Amino acid sequence: MAANNMRHALFCAIVTLIISFPILGLSLEAKGVNITLSGAKTSTYVAIVLAAVAVFVFQTFRDTFMGALGKLPNFNPLAGREPMEQTKRVKLESWLLTGIVVFALFWPFLVSRGSVDLATLVLIYIMLALGLNVVVGLAGLLDLGYVAFYAVGAYTFALLSQYTGISFWMALPIGALLAGLTGMILGFPVLRLRGDYLAIVTLGFGEIIRILLNNWTTLTGGPNGIGGIPEPTLFGMEFGRRVKEEGNTSFHETFGIAYSGEHKVIFLYLIALVLAVITALIIRRFMRMPVGRAWEALREDEIAARSLGLSRTAVKLSAFTIGAFFAGFAGTVFASKQGFISPESFVFLESAIILAIVVLGGMGSQLGVILAAIAVTILPELAREFSEYRMLIFGAAMVLMMVWRPQGLLPVRRIQITLNKQG
Amino acid sequence: MSMLVLEDVHTHYGKIEALHGVSVEVNKGEIVSLIGANGAGKTTLLMTVCGMPQASSGRIILEGRDITNEPTAQIMRSGLAIVPEGRRIFSGLTVEENLHMGGFFTSKSEIRKNQAHVYELFPRLKEREHQRAGTMSGGEQQMLAIGRALMSNPHMIILDEPSLGLAPLIIKQIFEIIGHLRDEGITVFLVEQNAHQALHLADRGYVLETGKIRLHDTGKNLLENPDVQNAYLGG
Ligand SMILES: Nc1ncnc2c1ncn2[C@@H]1O[C@H](COP(=O)(O)OP(=O)(O)O)[C@@H](O)[C@H]1O
Ligand SMILES: [Mg+2]
Repeated sequence: MAANNMRHALFCAIVTLIISFPILGLSLEAKGVNITLSGAKTSTYVAIVLAAVAVFVFQTFRDTFMGALGKLPNFNPLAGREPMEQTKRVKLESWLLTGIVVFALFWPFLVSRGSVDLATLVLIYIMLALGLNVVVGLAGLLDLGYVAFYAVGAYTFALLSQYTGISFWMALPIGALLAGLTGMILGFPVLRLRGDYLAIVTLGFGEIIRILLNNWTTLTGGPNGIGGIPEPTLFGMEFGRRVKEEGNTSFHETFGIAYSGEHKVIFLYLIALVLAVITALIIRRFMRMPVGRAWEALREDEIAARSLGLSRTAVKLSAFTIGAFFAGFAGTVFASKQGFISPESFVFLESAIILAIVVLGGMGSQLGVILAAIAVTILPELAREFSEYRMLIFGAAMVLMMVWRPQGLLPVRRIQITLNKQG
Repeated sequence: MSMLVLEDVHTHYGKIEALHGVSVEVNKGEIVSLIGANGAGKTTLLMTVCGMPQASSGRIILEGRDITNEPTAQIMRSGLAIVPEGRRIFSGLTVEENLHMGGFFTSKSEIRKNQAHVYELFPRLKEREHQRAGTMSGGEQQMLAIGRALMSNPHMIILDEPSLGLAPLIIKQIFEIIGHLRDEGITVFLVEQNAHQALHLADRGYVLETGKIRLHDTGKNLLENPDVQNAYLGG
């Protein structure tokens, strides 16, 4: 056993060396027309060797470390507690959610413009995470290219506004539907793949869509992106200083108040809030419907679900499509909020962040997802000096979660379905 | 009057052939038992009827319809239900939700009616209605698996080793229920290693050995057959 460990540790250490040496220790430099290979500073080599030693030590004593991590729950005051009764928990979660929404309605009038702007972004992430939660948390499909559908929603609005001058309210359903349609088309061939293969293929799809947006310069403007995306209007009232679209009026003139840039920010925030609440309610509805139970059943036991006549492809595709639909929804809001989008907003890192929110939130629980979205978006803003290490912290947090609390911060609480007794 | 006919069915897992030309017939209203040693291919035979995996050659006829090349979802929505090996209940769902999954393709009123019927057959399930299925005992889970299969109004029910790992008293109860299902007009195709009880209950029986049918006869005759007694009834 020990010898085996050592051999494994040595192997891991060598792999670390082989991978990190060319990436960190060597660099190509262009001197005129010649390209030369040059080494890095000595300190880098020392760091690489230290990293390899660290990997070796960790792998050698891996069982001890992991054992110690596994004991951590003993320090968790909530670990030994009896799970709350289901009906009680459903009620509690509903109350908490209502409380959060009421608070969120009044909150923007009390804080700075920057905070409201950030909160709008949080709401967009909440929409995205609620959608991805259907795919990953409920249906158990690991989708690493979720950002692709977010991009489809955002670009649909950007392009339609550029070529046809469409308004936000028209673009919202179109963007969501197109994203859902894309999900359906992309999902159809790949959903028969299982687990890791599905993850890799969806990862590829995410990248393909981003690269397509980057290179189809004539249509999408490539890396330069698309600007001038209109903001939402309120019954034909615009929030800018001057009215841009003919036929619209301006908000501050209609109400006879002084122009303030804050109106627009708060309005966008409120729209995002309403849409996030709608997203949560619709998805809750789905979870209570037979199709929601079918997602869970197929995730729990595919053979049993199929033996009851459920079609594997249809069930998975419905989850995938609904998830993509809400990503498109969020994408349209994002495009409108930013006024400008480029492929840079839709990199793999975004998929990873949304997935991190879902995993931290407890795979399936809506309240958990909402709290995790707030934490993941706001913490890096609070600790700006650590923002470079954001992914490192996420990674560490996720590993700890898997060992310590695999069910997530707030594990999924299943909504129980009962038929009304009389027909 | 046949419910299910298998004609010279071959089934492969990759390149390995697990069924080497099996022919079986189950008539309407019968209980037919299939017995055989571990690894003989009993589960493979049942799952081939359900289309997972599909037969590589031969024909499978269910109520006069050729289902050999139909997808599983279609086969399982047409009057056939299976209680799979190892029960395979949805352990995270409650007992009631498991039953509702069984009636996924029926109407709400049918679900209500069938649910009441299942609770009548298994009063224990009624007591555990809102409990997570995974927290129940093995016997209760087996009852749930049978109940779930009954939720789709099947004409025929296939059971794969329903007595596996259960206490004798529970096994007796399960076999009683199976007999009761026949009295309700449901055709039963039963796979068992518990050959004695299975043949006792059955109208007819088949013996499967390494992917081939070795014997078939009435349940009574098989019980008295010296070869069967030696191999499957402990001499
Ligand atoms: N999924 C599978 N893949 C490959 N071989 C399998 C699979 N399932 C069963 N087998 C093989 O098929 C043969 C029959 O197995 P099975 O039908 O489970 O027998 P039984 O149910 O009678 O115990 C065995 O040799 C088994 O190893
Ligand atoms: Mg078997």
